Amino acid sequence: MIADVNLPVIFAGLMALSIIVYAILDGYDLGVGILLPLNNDHQADQMIASIGPFWDANETWLVLAVGLLLIAFPTAHNVILKALYIPSAIMLVGLILRGVAFDFRAKVAQVNKHRWNQIFKLGSCIASASQGYMLGSFVMGFETSATAYLFSILSALGVTCAYALIGSTWLILKTSDDLQLRALQWAKVTGKISFVGILAVCIVNPLINQFVFERWTTAPFAYFMVIVPFVCFTLFYIGHLVLKQLPLKDDSGCWLPFLITVVIYVFCFCGLAFSFYPYVVPGKVTIWQAASAPESLRFILYGAVIVIPCILAYTLFSYRVFWGKVQDLKYY
Amino acid sequence: MDDVFLLSRLQFATNISFHILFPSISIALGWFLFYFKLRFNLSGHPVWMRIYRFWVKVFALTFALGVVSGITMSFQFGTNWPGYMETVGNIAGPLLGYEVLTAFFLEATFLGVMLFGMHRVPSWLHTLATLLVAIGTTLSAFWIIALNSWMQTPTGFEMRDGVAHAVDWWAIIFNPSFPYRLAHVLLASALTASFLIAGISAYRITRGDNKKAPRLALKTAVFVAALLVPLQIFVGDLHGLNTLEHQPQKVAAMEGIWDTQKAVPMLVFAIPDEKTRSNHFELAIPNLTSIILKHDPEGEVQGLNDFIGEHPPVKPVFYGFRIMVGIGLLMLVVAWLTSFKLVRHKHLSKRMLYSLIGMSFSGWIATLAGWYVTEIGRQPYLVSGLLKTSDAVTDIAPENVMFTFILYLSVYVALLIAYLHTLFLMARRAVEIEEIQPQERLQQKHFTKTLNNTAGELT
Ligand code: HDD
Ligand code: HEM
Ligand code: HEM
Repeated sequence: MIADVNLPVIFAGLMALSIIVYAILDGYDLGVGILLPLNNDHQADQMIASIGPFWDANETWLVLAVGLLLIAFPTAHNVILKALYIPSAIMLVGLILRGVAFDFRAKVAQVNKHRWNQIFKLGSCIASASQGYMLGSFVMGFETSATAYLFSILSALGVTCAYALIGSTWLILKTSDDLQLRALQWAKVTGKISFVGILAVCIVNPLINQFVFERWTTAPFAYFMVIVPFVCFTLFYIGHLVLKQLPLKDDSGCWLPFLITVVIYVFCFCGLAFSFYPYVVPGKVTIWQAASAPESLRFILYGAVIVIPCILAYTLFSYRVFWGKVQDLKYY
Repeated sequence: MDDVFLLSRLQFATNISFHILFPSISIALGWFLFYFKLRFNLSGHPVWMRIYRFWVKVFALTFALGVVSGITMSFQFGTNWPGYMETVGNIAGPLLGYEVLTAFFLEATFLGVMLFGMHRVPSWLHTLATLLVAIGTTLSAFWIIALNSWMQTPTGFEMRDGVAHAVDWWAIIFNPSFPYRLAHVLLASALTASFLIAGISAYRITRGDNKKAPRLALKTAVFVAALLVPLQIFVGDLHGLNTLEHQPQKVAAMEGIWDTQKAVPMLVFAIPDEKTRSNHFELAIPNLTSIILKHDPEGEVQGLNDFIGEHPPVKPVFYGFRIMVGIGLLMLVVAWLTSFKLVRHKHLSKRMLYSLIGMSFSGWIATLAGWYVTEIGRQPYLVSGLLKTSDAVTDIAPENVMFTFILYLSVYVALLIAYLHTLFLMARRAVEIEEIQPQERLQQKHFTKTLNNTAGELT
């Protein structure tokens, strides 16, 4: 039997898991949308084909993350989404435009297809930027000062760029020839900008955030916090070297950039998550204060323990089915 | 505060009304697709594959719209109705959670295999993926309807310090109105999809499509509708009786009964007036309401005046109910006449085809009307007897809610137009397309049986 006090910790862990899985999975398909070229229809088709079978399931991780916040920490859900009311509405519109453009573009006349491509790109940019903005104001504890807005805007740019990075490494993995070369180019540029962005956050965050500063400088978190930037920057450097070598003759190693980016994502996320644990609303509400009744949490936990492995299993199955380089987008 | 209240209600109603349009098609269309695919696997006849291919595209589009509008819904609970989660979050949360865990991932993942995996997995696995998508959409309806029914007829909980705590999950999920509501909603979806398939197929035929596919699809859909409309009317009647037991004020509003009385007539038409608390221009059938509700021509039914301050606004509930039942009866007539013709003459007149086209979206109207009866009929409560809607509302600035309301509304109107436009465009295009191309036949390496059949038909 799990003690009542541990339930919020478990649910915070589950929520963290679904957020990071969301950031990686929907990150790459939003990234592909951000990079969509409007002057080359053939490449646009291939790029969209590479995310076609996955985007819907990827987005479901967002529903799970928001759902877990709502279910397990209803008070925090209220505070957070009320503070982020407008940016979250804008993000939703971005996701709506993107999701429907994906389907409409395949079914309308050629002239309109171009317009839906534009909407797809626009929606992806809006969704990514508003997610970054929301992350920024979360980190700033929903302050309304000028610095907080500035930080949020920087974070919007940073997250957009990070999504573009993982999107381009996904394309390196899934495409070949011209498009793969183009993706390599994209990865090099966005990789550099992301590097600068992460560096900036590492410096700015503890400086303007008293709480984070203490966290990062006292044991035991301090040890972990020392490792995070170190590992990240090493990985960036390795990634840089790898990108220089690619593409190899037999296309071996095309999966390396994606893997490296995923590891960077995970480390950055852990760094961020541990900076705030055990708060769900930075400096204000802890996971224990926000948690719902234990009997309800337990009721979902039983289901989650059974269902989440099944979800992971059939997600892997679907990636196996669509393994390898993309083929032309064929509906049905 | 009043502004936020009104705006939040308007925004929620707009969002959920937009959302339900798409589930009400996709839940049943998933099962139709499974049936088409199964028929194809069993008979190997390419016409079933043609039907499947056309409708799977419609499904993909409908599903996408359902998903994106649904994601919006999951943000609304916290932002616009904080009091809702504070009071009943311990019950609503797990039900929503199970919907995400058991239904959304299942349908979203296998949708990918179903739409893009035809040539990558064996045929049986593709059929299984189609089945799993259909199961996923139905499971999702199961959980969300469980929650909605619990809001109508709450059981299995206790209140501690003004917060609902779960006592018996079985009683919460299988609350008294749940079985009726689930059956009624699933049947509503089946009818919505049937009339859509019949209508769009009729449209293709009037546009000169003389292939076999639209005629067979039309026939399938009309027969399904002819079977299910009477069942829906029967379930609707049981549902009403159940509502009478648990929410008598709702039934009084549906029937426009002001004073508690015996031998209640049924109002075919009237204009209820809440100021004078009476009806104008009544057109009534004597004793019928008593017969339906009490199975006794002299039966007594409670009127709205017994529930002053605790009953819903009468007009929308009263008219909503008449629209739904009216469309139900119209569906019965159209489905039976068309089936009769199909069985007897095997040929449909222009008039019949046009009436089917006219009925294409009748399911949407009946579904919306039904939901409006249910949801407005629950007012002024959000959770019957537990939580008033006005106590659950947010304290966000009204300008912000106004902004998002206009934002959502304009996006939705644009999308609805695009959806309908694309639907008919796809239908018109299908008229000219020869759906099986020779090179495609060669690709279908998994369907050796089909290959021979198709080749036989085309040569
Ligand atoms: C009777 C059915 C029904 C009803 C009343 C609702 N839904 Fe729904 N919903 C579905 C039936 C459905 C579905 C059939 O499962 C959908 C629609 C189309 C689709 O593709 O899946 C879906 C999609 C869907 C999604 C996207 C799922 C995904 O990512 O795959 C979310 C987040 C919601 N819904 C949330 C809600 C909420 C919060 C509702 C209530 C307030 C709600 N739905 C009412
Ligand atoms: C899917 C079809 C549905 C439709 C068309 C629908 C329609 C509506 C409408 C018109 C209102 C506004 C009523 C008023 O304020 O007078 C409303 C309110 C509401 N409904 Fe629904 N509803 C549906 C399903 C659901 C479901 C499944 C849930 C929850 C599980 C739900 C929860 C609510 C809530 C929280 C409100 C807001 C408070 C209120 O105004 O009562 N609805 N709905
Ligand atoms: C013709 C006979 C019908 C009868 C007697 C009937 C009866 C009812 C009743 C009494 C309710 C309200 C229940 C409550 O809120 O407690 C209801 C709701 C509803 N109806 Fe009908 N109905 C009929 C036809 C239809 C048709 C043809 C459709 C759609 C195609 C439909 C769709 C709905 C929906 C979606 C709801 C809201 C969900 C629910 O509460 O079940 N109904 N119906």
